[in-house]
Amino acid sequence: MTQRNRLPERGRVDRSRTLRFQFNGRTYTGHPGDTVASALLANGVRLVGRSFKYGRPRGVIAAGPEEPNAILQVGTDPATTTPNLRATQTELYDGLVCSSTNGWPSTERDLTSVVGKVGGRMMPPGFYYKTFMWPSSLWMTYEKGIRKAAGLGQSPSQPDPAEYDHMNHHVDVLVVGAGPAGLSAARTAARAGARVMIADEQPELGGHLLASRATISGTPAAKWVRRQTDALAREPEVTVLRRTTAVGYHDHNFVVLSERRTDHLGPDAGGVRERLHRVRAGQVVIATGAHERPLVFGNNDRPGVMTASAVGTYINRYGVVPGERLVLMTTNDHAYHTALDWHNAGREVVAVVDTRAEAGGDLPTEARACGIRVLTGHGVIEAAGGRSVTGARVAPLSADGESLAGTTHELPCDVIATSGGWSPVVHLTCHTGDKPVWSEEVLGFVPGETRQARVCAGGVNGTYALEAVIHEGVDAGKRAATAWGFEATEMRDLAVSVAEPSQDPSMKLFLVPHHKPVTRAPKQFVDFQTDVTAAAIEVAVREGYESIEHVKRYTVMGFGTDQGKLGNVNGVALTARARGKTIPETGTTVFRPAYTPVTFGALAGMERGGLLDPARFTPMHLWHVRQGAAFEDVGQWKRPWYYPRHGESMQQAVNRECLAVRQRVGMLDASTLGKIDIQGSDAREFLNRVYTNAWMKLQPGRCRYGLMLKEDGMVFDDGVTACVDDEHFIMTTTTGNAGPVLEWLERWHQTEWPELDVCFTSITDQWATVTVTGPESRNVVAKLCDDIDFSREAFPFMAWREGTVAGALARVFRISFTGELTYEINVPADYGMHLWEAVYAAGEPYGITPYGTETMHVLRAEKGFIIVGQDTDGSVTPEDLGMHWALKREKPFSFLGQRSLDRSDSRRRDREQFVGIRPLNGEAVLPEGAQAVENPSNPVPKRTIGHVTSSYYSAALGHSIALGLIERGHDRQRERLHFMTSDGRLEEAELCSTVFYDPDGARQNV
Amino acid sequence: MLNIYCPHCGEHRSEEEFHYAGEAHIPRPENPAELSDEAWGDYLFFRRNPRGLHHEQWYHATGCRRFFNVARDTVTYEIHESYPMGARPSVSRDSEEAA
Amino acid sequence: MANRYSGFGLFRHALRYHENWQRAWRNPTPKTHYDVIIIGGGGHGLATAYYLASQHGITNIAVLEKGYLGGGNTGRNTTIVRSNYLWDESGQLYEHAMKLWEGLSEELNYNVMFSQRGVLNLGHTLQDMRNIERRVQSNRLNGIDSHVVTPDEIKKIVPIINIDNLRYPIMGSSWQPRAGVARHDAVAWGYARAADALGVDLLQETAVTGMRIEGGTIRGVETNRGFIGADRVGCVVAGNSGVLAGMAGLRLPLESHPLQAFVSEPLKPVLDTVVMSNHVHGYVNQSDKGDLVIGAGIDGYNGYGQRGSMPVIEHTAAAICEMFPMFRRVRMNRQWGGIVDTCPDACPIISKTPVDGLYFNCGWGTGGFKATPGSGHVFASTIANDSPHPLAAPFALDRFYSGALIDEHGAAGVAH
Repeated sequence: MTQRNRLPERGRVDRSRTLRFQFNGRTYTGHPGDTVASALLANGVRLVGRSFKYGRPRGVIAAGPEEPNAILQVGTDPATTTPNLRATQTELYDGLVCSSTNGWPSTERDLTSVVGKVGGRMMPPGFYYKTFMWPSSLWMTYEKGIRKAAGLGQSPSQPDPAEYDHMNHHVDVLVVGAGPAGLSAARTAARAGARVMIADEQPELGGHLLASRATISGTPAAKWVRRQTDALAREPEVTVLRRTTAVGYHDHNFVVLSERRTDHLGPDAGGVRERLHRVRAGQVVIATGAHERPLVFGNNDRPGVMTASAVGTYINRYGVVPGERLVLMTTNDHAYHTALDWHNAGREVVAVVDTRAEAGGDLPTEARACGIRVLTGHGVIEAAGGRSVTGARVAPLSADGESLAGTTHELPCDVIATSGGWSPVVHLTCHTGDKPVWSEEVLGFVPGETRQARVCAGGVNGTYALEAVIHEGVDAGKRAATAWGFEATEMRDLAVSVAEPSQDPSMKLFLVPHHKPVTRAPKQFVDFQTDVTAAAIEVAVREGYESIEHVKRYTVMGFGTDQGKLGNVNGVALTARARGKTIPETGTTVFRPAYTPVTFGALAGMERGGLLDPARFTPMHLWHVRQGAAFEDVGQWKRPWYYPRHGESMQQAVNRECLAVRQRVGMLDASTLGKIDIQGSDAREFLNRVYTNAWMKLQPGRCRYGLMLKEDGMVFDDGVTACVDDEHFIMTTTTGNAGPVLEWLERWHQTEWPELDVCFTSITDQWATVTVTGPESRNVVAKLCDDIDFSREAFPFMAWREGTVAGALARVFRISFTGELTYEINVPADYGMHLWEAVYAAGEPYGITPYGTETMHVLRAEKGFIIVGQDTDGSVTPEDLGMHWALKREKPFSFLGQRSLDRSDSRRRDREQFVGIRPLNGEAVLPEGAQAVENPSNPVPKRTIGHVTSSYYSAALGHSIALGLIERGHDRQRERLHFMTSDGRLEEAELCSTVFYDPDGARQNV
Repeated sequence: MLNIYCPHCGEHRSEEEFHYAGEAHIPRPENPAELSDEAWGDYLFFRRNPRGLHHEQWYHATGCRRFFNVARDTVTYEIHESYPMGARPSVSRDSEEAA
Repeated sequence: MANRYSGFGLFRHALRYHENWQRAWRNPTPKTHYDVIIIGGGGHGLATAYYLASQHGITNIAVLEKGYLGGGNTGRNTTIVRSNYLWDESGQLYEHAMKLWEGLSEELNYNVMFSQRGVLNLGHTLQDMRNIERRVQSNRLNGIDSHVVTPDEIKKIVPIINIDNLRYPIMGSSWQPRAGVARHDAVAWGYARAADALGVDLLQETAVTGMRIEGGTIRGVETNRGFIGADRVGCVVAGNSGVLAGMAGLRLPLESHPLQAFVSEPLKPVLDTVVMSNHVHGYVNQSDKGDLVIGAGIDGYNGYGQRGSMPVIEHTAAAICEMFPMFRRVRMNRQWGGIVDTCPDACPIISKTPVDGLYFNCGWGTGGFKATPGSGHVFASTIANDSPHPLAAPFALDRFYSGALIDEHGAAGVAH
């Protein structure tokens, strides 16, 4: 197929190269520099999709990010097909394959449109809310059908192989938009010495000047743009980002830019597909321009109805005239440019339909001089045609534009271009909660007041005359640079002049009236993508949905992927009209990020797989891997869970590991425990305040278990703290709480007790820990160390010693989480692997067995030791745990949480308390989380009286055991309860002491 | 994303380096044992939670690990000042009302 | 209701070009005095007014809304409805709401599009799984449908989910089949229309500026439209509760935080259930319009700005991409924030106050939408009887003095 609408010259496309692409299964050609939209129009393709609600045929309306209709699925690979790309922003490459997103069985022969025609009248706004209610049970069935009709494109069905990343920037001045205002601002700020970043969504800088025939101080616009671009390239501190959209403007001048780096190169480009630039800017210059506002009239969605500026852009920038015969409807002088462009391209301008009573400006005069028919005081009330425009029905308007003043006649044409004025692109200026204000002068919303350090320039302010735009840009660059501490210099080359045609005032018109009332007229679309009509807005208001937010939500206006860039202001105006209010009284809906959609992958950046959250490994990790350990995530750490030998089940492995510890010796990598070094003359006093127990008498060389509460009295953490000397302690915390505990200590020290001389340092990563436990542990450690006396008398339980173990400086703690004789050996982390291997070798004659967290859990449960976070849940006091012994209430300072233990609820007698639980069936392991009931035959709702927190099979005991929190548990020893499990089992168990194994503690006192 | 001045580091840093640490200037009662359950509950849980000027604590978690105070507007998110623990704010509800 | 909605009615209106639809609710002028004033025209406030009128025969009621009905968190949440909470008190309250949800469209004659498509709450660690087992079992004792499912079963329910090679593996999930989503705006509008039909005055753009309290008893409220007298006043204003409490000289154990959410561009149906992960902070379902509706984590700082910080969105996007790598190419269309009033125990406050005739219903934090019918129902009873509804009693303010919190943060998670 030939490009029948392509002009032989004009525009910025490279006609020397031809690109082939497919749309809806047919092959077309275009050129480098084309978008998919311009190439389709060049080939005379009108129909690009079907509307979602009524199935109406739709064509390209615009030429930029405001396009609502030309939404395509690009690519066919299940992993890289991309839904919902705007044809007007999708650069053409050779071999591109795309299709429409709606229409069944095809966009050409769409059957949903039949439904739309017949059923459309049955679908006023809110029709879902008014029907499908009865019976309720059938809604899920109705919904299935409704869902089938939902959505635009298809999600990929395979994982996306592309790369995305983030880049952080600190700049003095960020300029958003590289049209005439942005370029001028960037150059001015850069010349002042500021570090400048300028970003534009298009592949080339220049903004609308890329499609302009203007001359600037005698220089053609395109050449002027090139000069500015070259000048910026020479500035050392300027970063230019093309294909980069500022998608969100967040508090404190944090602006998120989304750069599309490879899509224009085709699917196999490789490299980083999209990059999110996270920019903290001293000052932001917003130079985002304006979007032309279409006029609302009957059947204004027919393919061939476009905005005037889009038609101009296709002609001037792409060398494409999107039809043969043009009718242009306008409320202003500016749109006459398009009629002149069309005329100069050698095609017929049927008429300019000017809604104003008179049009005497330079451009209308020039148009008339070219022989173009100008119909003033008229409007296009309705487009004729089905899948394409065939004519414009024109009628005279009353002076206020509210009604018709005569009869209709039809002008044959295939394109209707309209201009209702311009809407400044204020989106970014509103993201931080600032409200735009309506300007009667601009006939649009302009940026309102803000607390952000920003300056607006050009079209976004409603300034449209090119000379003024450039001067505003220069001024904005100056203001931004000086506000950030730079001295601005004069920019003589930007003191330009542009000859502007004289212009008559524009007319304030949004909806072109029809002979029929809005409810009966042919559909007058306000928001194309969501199929919202003027009638829908009237109905919504009639039903009491009056607030602009209600209108939006009830009709779904503005909810499309264009977020109503074309339609919102018309919608506001029609809502105001229906309510009999002004536009400022009606207000606007809230602009939210993203300005244009941004890829999830780009938001996530490198945070994927292993980088989703940092993984922490101990120095011995590789050994565990080599041994085939299964791992458990504990906080960010990877901890060995158990070490299965070939063919072993998890239970078998854990049984073996448990028995090894109880009978011989085992070793555990305990490096992940939090370790905090505490020093200062008040360190002791500090420990007294943050722990529930007493610390004044702990001697150097000794250690003590400590319990830490939040101020609400609930257990927060526990661990052993060792005294190095009077002013030096080493605290251990649970693995997951290492960070929170350090912050907790710092908080109290810094915010409440700064007078205490104490400081804290995390040493978790500096030390590796090997726990050697079991009857043979003394023999094992003694083999590795000859400067510590390991005898029972010289090195008693709850003592620690410094020495040399396996040649490394070591701190050895004699504490026990298993109930067996235990030495925890700490060495500098670099020696961790060395120590581990040395212990393993020394232990081999004793049958030393490495064990993981699961065995650790079983062993400590046999002894009734708690695990904070498993046996506690933020609602458990020390007394609930039966740990009264750890509370020293008589300490002079009321320790953290102490007061809360005396609240009425903490003193309640029927609190859930920590108990041992022994299933009657010794083979049955209760699920952790199983709930206890007194009488299982009670009807639902049954009252739970507690639950299982820990539960295991104990190989040492030969039966299952559990721990749990049970109402009045301490008084219920030997009582039997029923435990219900989520898989429907019911187990009976007896409450007992929490210490199942070696109740006298004899095994660790050897 | 907030840009927070750490008075200890002497620099503006992005919010990601900090942890929010709640309302500022709530001293722990001198003698908790003497307080009623009501007074203790007030200290534990009840907060001003104002719409507007808020004095709050932040912790420079991945920086200097110091706590400090910030006077911030909870509607505009504007930060009026950062100041070290123990110092008094120069922006207060009174000074705002006066201004 | 004078104008019942039905398929037939719709057809009749279509024949008349939809020119004869009646207002869904009146736009009345404020009276000088009401029996009850409800401050806050969100879902909870409107539901309260509706149940006061329909269950307790009190119809001289005004709902005061400073903006437009349903404009706060009601219209800003990710619309998830479930009742599988941990503790008996909260489980029963949310299940009460669930039962009301199940008949709500018919009761209100307004389709709230309550879609019981099921909710998965994923577990990624052994402790997550312990908590899930505990919660599920507690649910079943309370008569709440709840199951523990394995990764393979998850894959059957949501074929597109990735359960391999995750940083935090999916080890299982709880599954509540009766849970789902509803159309948030419709809930507010449905209650509004039904309350209006029973005589309730809905006063929009009516901002409360002060409370008149005499001798410890509420007499009415000052508004931008003048003083309006009332015998009883119920405050249901979520994030702004602290501000209203201040007007009454009270403080609340609340902090208001930004909570963010975002939606993708509309896609053809691809996800038919709700998937939630607390561990990696990602909540996703696909609306009937085709958008992926995604809830993010809460921002740490206090904020009334209805917007939060970008890293929260980035982390949530990462979590979604991790669970659904095929969505990495899907694009975010729009992000926004609400203001959630969070309590220290992540449970609401439904309570009388030290001021006679003044009641608060707040502190729903991130979980308010799903409770809407139940919250309104028990709050109406509490106001009508000046005595807590049995399901509301555990949620009174005095728990912050006694210490009887109902900690729904879930077990604290990692440690050992």
